[in-house]
Amino acid sequence: MARLHEHQGKRILARHGVEVPQGAVATTAEQARRIAADLGGKVVVKMQAFTTSRKAQGGIALVDTPDGAADAAARMLQMRIGAFPVEKVLVEAQLDIARELFISLSVDDAARAPVLLLSLAGGSGVEQRAGAVHKIAVDVRQGVDADQLDRALAQSDLDERAMAQVRDVVMKIFDIAHTIDARSLEINPLAVTKAGDVVAADCRIAIDDYAAFRQPELDIEIAREFDHPPTELEKIAYAIEQADHRGTFYFAQLPRTSAADERLVGFHGAGGGGSMMSMDALNGAGFAPANFTDTSGNPSSAKVYAAARIILSQPGLVGYFGSGSGVASQEQHHSAYGLAKAFLELGLDVPAVIRLGGNNESRAVQILQDACAALPATVEGYIKDDTPRFIAKRFRKLVNDADDAAWTPRARIIPDFVGSAGAYSFAVRAGDGWTGRVWIDHTNCSKTATALLLDRAAGALTLDDAGKPVLAVDAEQALSLDSAMIEAEIDLRIMGEPVVFVDLPIAGLDDTLDDTMDGGSGAL
Amino acid sequence: MAIIIDETRRVLVQGITGREGRARTRLMREFGTNVVAGVTPGKGGQDVEGAPVFGSVREAINETGAVDISVVFVPARLVKRAAVEAIETGVPLLLLVPDRVPLWDAMEIARAAREHDSAFIGPNTLGVLSPEKACIGMIGGAASSAREWFPKGSVGIISRSGGMTSSTAYYLGREGIGLSTLVHVGGDSVLGLRMPDVARMFERYEQTSLITIFGEIGGSQEEDLAALMQAGEITKPVVAYIGGKAAKEGTRFSHAGAIIEGDKGTHAGKTKALVEAGATVVDSFGDLPQAVKERLP
Repeated sequence: MARLHEHQGKRILARHGVEVPQGAVATTAEQARRIAADLGGKVVVKMQAFTTSRKAQGGIALVDTPDGAADAAARMLQMRIGAFPVEKVLVEAQLDIARELFISLSVDDAARAPVLLLSLAGGSGVEQRAGAVHKIAVDVRQGVDADQLDRALAQSDLDERAMAQVRDVVMKIFDIAHTIDARSLEINPLAVTKAGDVVAADCRIAIDDYAAFRQPELDIEIAREFDHPPTELEKIAYAIEQADHRGTFYFAQLPRTSAADERLVGFHGAGGGGSMMSMDALNGAGFAPANFTDTSGNPSSAKVYAAARIILSQPGLVGYFGSGSGVASQEQHHSAYGLAKAFLELGLDVPAVIRLGGNNESRAVQILQDACAALPATVEGYIKDDTPRFIAKRFRKLVNDADDAAWTPRARIIPDFVGSAGAYSFAVRAGDGWTGRVWIDHTNCSKTATALLLDRAAGALTLDDAGKPVLAVDAEQALSLDSAMIEAEIDLRIMGEPVVFVDLPIAGLDDTLDDTMDGGSGAL
Repeated sequence: MAIIIDETRRVLVQGITGREGRARTRLMREFGTNVVAGVTPGKGGQDVEGAPVFGSVREAINETGAVDISVVFVPARLVKRAAVEAIETGVPLLLLVPDRVPLWDAMEIARAAREHDSAFIGPNTLGVLSPEKACIGMIGGAASSAREWFPKGSVGIISRSGGMTSSTAYYLGREGIGLSTLVHVGGDSVLGLRMPDVARMFERYEQTSLITIFGEIGGSQEEDLAALMQAGEITKPVVAYIGGKAAKEGTRFSHAGAIIEGDKGTHAGKTKALVEAGATVVDSFGDLPQAVKERLP
């Protein structure tokens, strides 16, 4: 998660010498009571959640006693923001605030440089004076323009001591943002206490997703900007993306609308812009995407398979809709194989419409439709000359014909020969720590099937004494056969010879399937 | 002639000995791009697809002459170093292909470019293609399909999505609409040449008669373009599609730049600004070719 909670941000500020209120994080009411007692009883309890209106939601409480703090914490720790339970509260000493200022450092895309906004004419409520926000230039190497800052400060009616402290905070903000690769850093309010101290009363920081690799100490779970803490499925998807570097894989769950007649769809795009455009077409046809997913940049069939499995771990979908830019330069048959494997393993029974426009599109459509012909669901493939709006309408027709039957996540269908005595198997690896096993049903492996397997393995398989396919390479070399074997598995099923199965379990997915099914942590 | 790239421009490839650099050098050359040299530190003396390889940008220029553009294919974390090297050596224009370049690195590249009066496209750009002339980056893929998909003509394309740059061009071409240059400005939030900058280039280039935009939620490029139109600096017709109508605030949609923050960067705001400035904004991507036909002078 590239957004930091208030307590995380304040820890960073404090480490760099910006004053923050005394306090600590509590995960239970009892902890909150103890922290409040240590602080003398008069504290503020603040829920730690990604929302802009904590106060209005009852997420900020001023209390006078440790018991009061415990009660407030107990209440907040039972709250949910969207679908997410509040897990932490921050308990801090109350500040005796004389006035409230505001500082934000963000990136100005037009200037291609950081920009600092500073409001010195704060003061809460009726005292708020409009139009006094200073925009101060920032040089990416040298920091805040000191002359501009001093001019802004000189215009304010802050006393000398406060002014010096504010100046110091502003200078530090730049160093902190630069050091931690912040995309934005906001202190609102920056409080001037009645005693004349300048204290960061709140703090919001977002880290640049692309720089998370060089910020290990920030402990960023998912380097991706969401409007919510990562869901279980998002964590599973992120692990797959990190494991398999063949192409991009982006998965985010989207907030549900409250409409009772919401028609939820599993959405699978290809390419950022093309995915967004396709999602708009889907929305235009009256559907709500449950998720935003983008597999692009020539992803492996294993990765597309994993994406489809993760999408289909969401309950209540009335169908599966795939569409990207339409003119993808990636080889689309890999995507077709990955989708077909997921649909077959799960026995897809809701409609799927997939626009596979791009290189090899006709072959891709053929593979998908042939492989899925025996499924209870209607699965249709389209090419670049079919517009997103056209296929969205087609999708609507299929969903209408299916009476909006809703998808139920389920376990994979694994063929009986897997693990049997007559089966041959070897390990494959689809990514770092993402391993699986190829099973070949030697008992029923015909000459035709064997020939196809040998062809796909490109020398990595040979015949044993009994004429059955076995590895010709060592176990290490065999690991990279994941996608070739997935594609052989699907082609053999199309030929009516289901003698290969690639068992490629997705870490966490099968474990969390039960939770997801009863609307637990997997759903938003 | 064409904006940014044509067959006369001399092109350098940084990271030419890498997998992508090598493959794309071959494809660029096949399409007609004049790749004169490549750079990979420590690998000087090699030869990639007929282009001599040097250990530094300075060496490449000393040996083969000044270049117009450097195309950068090094890993994201090394982009800053490679880009600043080219900028400080006096290369006037860079194309930064890699995705996932840190934001503060992009801002430092921008600062160096300002200081040395250089410009750059990207990061995270598929590239630029002028039909029947030349291309830079990864755009177009195989030369044979690029020639078939992107007919020459007078419509300029500026896109924030790589896939949709090709896609927009393909759907226009299919309707018999020819293209002057296709420009993917990149998917990140801090970019070198932004939509308004490229629009200015198309405005000056007399063989471009109309500008087509594939915009997205997030940032202010579309709004800034609208302001240029309002100011009379862009007088050629603009036809746009903005992706992300269905997007919600606070979540990033694939591209680093595609995020609505508060009330900034919304689909509605961008559409309103462009329409008020006289652009045609289509609601459905499939309507783009028809709208372009209607606005073509």
